[in-house]
Amino acid sequence: MVEYHQLIFEISQSGRTGADLPESDVDPIELDEKFPKHLLRDTPAELPEVSELQLVRHYTALSHKNYGVDNGFYPLGSCTMKYNPKINEDVARLEGFSRIHPYQPAETVQGALQLLYELQEDLATISGMDAVTLQPSAGAQGEWTGLMIAKNYHQQNGENRSKVLVPDSAHGTNPASAAVAGFDTVTIPSNKNGLVDLEALKKRVDQDTAALMLTNPNTLGLFEKDIVEIAEVVHEAGGLLYYDGANANAILGKTTPGKMGFDIVHLNLHKTFTTPHGGGGPGAGPVGVTKELIPFLPVPRIERDGDNYIWNVDEPLSIGRVKGYYGNFGILARAYTYIRTMGPEGLRQVSESAVLHANYLKKRLETHYESPYAQFCKHEFVLSGAKQKKLGIRTMNIAKRLLDFGYHPPTIYFPLNVEECIMIEPTETETKETLDAFADSMIQIAHEVEEDPDIVLDAPHTTVVGRLDETKAARKPVLRYTKSL
Amino acid sequence: MTSSFRYLPDTKQDQQDMLDFLNIQSIDDLFADLPSSIKLTEALAIPKAMPEPDLIKKMQQLSSQNIHANQYPLFLGAGTYDHFIPSVVSHIISRSEFYTAYTPYQPEISQGELQAIFEFQTMVCELTGMDIANSSMYDGFTSVAEAAALAVSTTKRSKVIVSQAVHPESRAILKTAATGPGYQVEEIHLTTDITNIRDMQEKTDDQTAAIIVQYPNFFGSVEDLREIKKIAQEHGALLIVSANPLALALLQSPGKLGADIVVGDMQPFGIPISFGGPHCGYFAVTKKLMRKIPGRIVGQTTDAQGNRGFTLTLQTREQHIRREKASSNICSNQALNALASAVFMSALGKQGIRQMATLNIEKADYMARQLTEKGFSVNNRSPFFNEFVVTLPVSVSEANHKLFDAGIIGGFDLNKDYRMNNQMLIAVTEQRSKEEIDQFVAILEGL
Repeated sequence: MVEYHQLIFEISQSGRTGADLPESDVDPIELDEKFPKHLLRDTPAELPEVSELQLVRHYTALSHKNYGVDNGFYPLGSCTMKYNPKINEDVARLEGFSRIHPYQPAETVQGALQLLYELQEDLATISGMDAVTLQPSAGAQGEWTGLMIAKNYHQQNGENRSKVLVPDSAHGTNPASAAVAGFDTVTIPSNKNGLVDLEALKKRVDQDTAALMLTNPNTLGLFEKDIVEIAEVVHEAGGLLYYDGANANAILGKTTPGKMGFDIVHLNLHKTFTTPHGGGGPGAGPVGVTKELIPFLPVPRIERDGDNYIWNVDEPLSIGRVKGYYGNFGILARAYTYIRTMGPEGLRQVSESAVLHANYLKKRLETHYESPYAQFCKHEFVLSGAKQKKLGIRTMNIAKRLLDFGYHPPTIYFPLNVEECIMIEPTETETKETLDAFADSMIQIAHEVEEDPDIVLDAPHTTVVGRLDETKAARKPVLRYTKSL
Repeated sequence: MTSSFRYLPDTKQDQQDMLDFLNIQSIDDLFADLPSSIKLTEALAIPKAMPEPDLIKKMQQLSSQNIHANQYPLFLGAGTYDHFIPSVVSHIISRSEFYTAYTPYQPEISQGELQAIFEFQTMVCELTGMDIANSSMYDGFTSVAEAAALAVSTTKRSKVIVSQAVHPESRAILKTAATGPGYQVEEIHLTTDITNIRDMQEKTDDQTAAIIVQYPNFFGSVEDLREIKKIAQEHGALLIVSANPLALALLQSPGKLGADIVVGDMQPFGIPISFGGPHCGYFAVTKKLMRKIPGRIVGQTTDAQGNRGFTLTLQTREQHIRREKASSNICSNQALNALASAVFMSALGKQGIRQMATLNIEKADYMARQLTEKGFSVNNRSPFFNEFVVTLPVSVSEANHKLFDAGIIGGFDLNKDYRMNNQMLIAVTEQRSKEEIDQFVAILEGL
């Protein structure tokens, strides 16, 4: 087998093509008669010139150097790397979905609008909210949308609240979204049990608090059991409670953010609702709100008018548009298909299984790695590599060694409040055999750290490239191919 | 709990073994920390589960309630275009090593994705004439707002000015986004089909962070970027250009005409129209703005043996490092659609995209000439790419009804966002045949 290391530009040969276009059936035109000379390209864009087979071989070779959920276990904490069902892919590609234009008249796209309307309703039920917008394209965009809703709500009440409270264990997007929405961030420390420090929260909540952003279960995989009291504290001060849905895979059918007292929720359809991560996107991050906040939702809203589904753009208090058209429709169609596949019973079992798997794996590993939190976790848990660090092996080395065993490593060095953090989320779609095999590998690595540290230190040994020089990549950035002369 | 769901593998025995290992009686014990006041006591009120054969039928039935572009020729564009997609595109992006992968945080097992994105970045630079491109954004519309935010934070100025010939959805999102950091958005008026340069001159001052224009603009016309750059330069404002990548196959690259930031949507390149999403924004900048660009970027480096490899880089710009100091909160991209567009660009290649762009110009030009010959007024005074505006004797919705009855999806109603009565924006891509165009013209003639 010949190893393949070329860029598509390096296999390009002038005169080749990988696609045919028809001859023109109308009169030709002279470009330089139609456009002024300075607005016409003087040099063509140097795109590759390859045959269709070359193209297929190139990308097939690249795919062999990539690792997805279909290749193997992917216990990436907070990312919910569960199985991406194949029927979802087929549905999104149906021509009645993939070949419709967003500006077609509503009466010609009733099926698509019905799907969106029903998905709004389902997600509202699942999250315990009163209405949902499907526009945001990702969790981060959902956060920003939700915070803009909060901002407009307070302004409507004559208040310019400037602060958003965020626990120290929160995703980096939480403070970033708050900043982009024009808020200052106040960090709330966690207590020794990994939960929001209620006393610290009480001290920091005041008349200037626009919202508290919370992930529940939090990024340590722990349920904020004081949630009812937390909600009271924030609400009493006139603030709103924002639910980051990154970890919603733990609560389906067991509780809802609405029940917990949240006012605004985003859900990550690419996590909880099986739409593929696609190597970084596209995803979808719908936002749900309680009744009082409905007027502030983005437009257009998809509503039902008798037997018809319509767009409503006429909402004077709306924050406006946040995304082109109606969100990532193809992703929304996949999530809808998944929800219909599982139903209420299935979704509850998803969360029960996800939580059972995480606790099983946690217990199998905590005699070999430090486990900072003793209580039962929800769908994910954290370990600390502090013990191994004392022997000169960092969490990064352990992650790289896992590559040799054929696994995608867990999330590492996050949350920031756990030393040498290893964050594991096994998901409900894995078998017990897989969990056991992964545990065996982790335990073997723990032994290697003590007995044969070099094998861990020098890992990975089996991948197509070794450890990459990331400092060089950042110091002398090479961000595009340039033809060498 | 049962294992009757095909995505849930636990058998009763598996479950019992795990419960025994955990020394608990039931799964509910794992949820004991939920206060009883918040526990759901009833099943979620959503429709019950459907077996796969029934569900696929249901979804087919639902999709068949939509009229799609394979049934009716589509003359709607306005930001989303019906272009030919070679079969190879869907086959490549259906490789599950690509579509079931996460963001390439572990470069050793993500070289495929990383290299594909590195190649994508190169292609975007080639088309736009810019130095640096990121790995993609949500869509072209949101990219405009991200570009404005970058300009405001770089120049430390308080205002952006945007042409009314920029897509209405881009401008709407920009307005929403501006209320966060609190910068001002001012619109520049039109002269028929293009940006009013004099109004631009009057509105640009030393507090202007950026001038935003679209190329070709919303009405299909090609703005003279050279003139606009002069105004930007005079006041030290950045020039942001939102560009259709297919048009860039033939039009002078915005980079060469002085753009500081070029954004747009890759949808014309291998991405299905799909009711408006998911599409794929692109974002390119000059070298000067390299460390300010939002989103993920892939860079080339080496491993210890000196082998070439690729990794996410310049991450200190990003939200997970900067947290509350970030100027963008984006933490993903549209990788799979970026891949689709890279496969598309590689399939058509250097000559093919020029050929496709030429077909678009020729067909739009043909249709405009046919309409003019039949006595309609085509409103574009500037050269246009694959879209133009025609004035009708009746309302656009009435015309569209007639067209629809004849099996054609007509153009965009400019009364909607511009209060331009009886004016229809028509897109003619390489997908439209002379026969379809002639039929469309004949129906308008009969109005």
